[in-house]
Amino acid sequence: MNIEWYVVLSSLLFAIGATGILIRRSPVVILLCLELMLNAGNLALVAFSRMVGNQDGQVFAIVVMVVAACEVVVGLGLIVAIFRRRLPLDVDELRELRG
Amino acid sequence: MEQALFFAAAIGALGGAIGVVAMRNPFFGVLSLIVHLFSLAVLFLLLTSAFVAAAQVVVYAGAVMVLYVFVVAYVGGGTESAWEPIPGQRLLAPLLGVALFIELSIAVLASSLLALGTDGPDVRAGFGDPAAIGNLLLEKFLVPFEAASILLLLAAVGAVVLAGHLQEGERS
Repeated sequence: MNIEWYVVLSSLLFAIGATGILIRRSPVVILLCLELMLNAGNLALVAFSRMVGNQDGQVFAIVVMVVAACEVVVGLGLIVAIFRRRLPLDVDELRELRG
Repeated sequence: MEQALFFAAAIGALGGAIGVVAMRNPFFGVLSLIVHLFSLAVLFLLLTSAFVAAAQVVVYAGAVMVLYVFVVAYVGGGTESAWEPIPGQRLLAPLLGVALFIELSIAVLASSLLALGTDGPDVRAGFGDPAAIGNLLLEKFLVPFEAASILLLLAAVGAVVLAGHLQEGERS
């Protein structure tokens, strides 16, 4: 398979994730869509690493996985904290920080 | 054979991604994301990166998704309100997504990367296997590896601080 296919698939997945972030309101689903975007980036990294024939891109993909795991832990901690303070789990109603 | 696998995995990944965006219940969204992650692992195997595929299945589809399932079960899958603060948001967002896809495709396909239309160079047998990646992590990328471990530690501490016991008088 040409590398082009993988890269175009990766950009399609990234666009789907971005659309989800724009449409959905639940913070959990927004985090899931963020995962989609990070994974699309990972797919592009691995595809380009195969294109160059160099494994450095795969190490980069693993570091992206670490960052994604950290983001999930902190994000889910925030969601649990919001839930335990009886605040609405809706990003449009949580607007106290709005300027 | 390779093409059939690629298209099967690509359809799985796309279906999972659309499921995450479209499912009303966040629990089904998490399950779609698991399908998506397994399909991506197949794609990584097709790109001869066995270690990344294994890490994808073990770390993502295993550990991270269990965390998501726990949190969704804890906070419950509430339905979203129909209230739209920005008029036409549900119409504009997919248009923006399509525009982003077209823009990314133009940026990639119009770039002057000559190897983009090839299958990539022939690689030796050990390309992307755990031994090769481990050597890279512990020799060439030792500092980023340690930085990643510090980042994980900080995230764990941060999550405990955020979601730990409530202070007195915080429950409003």
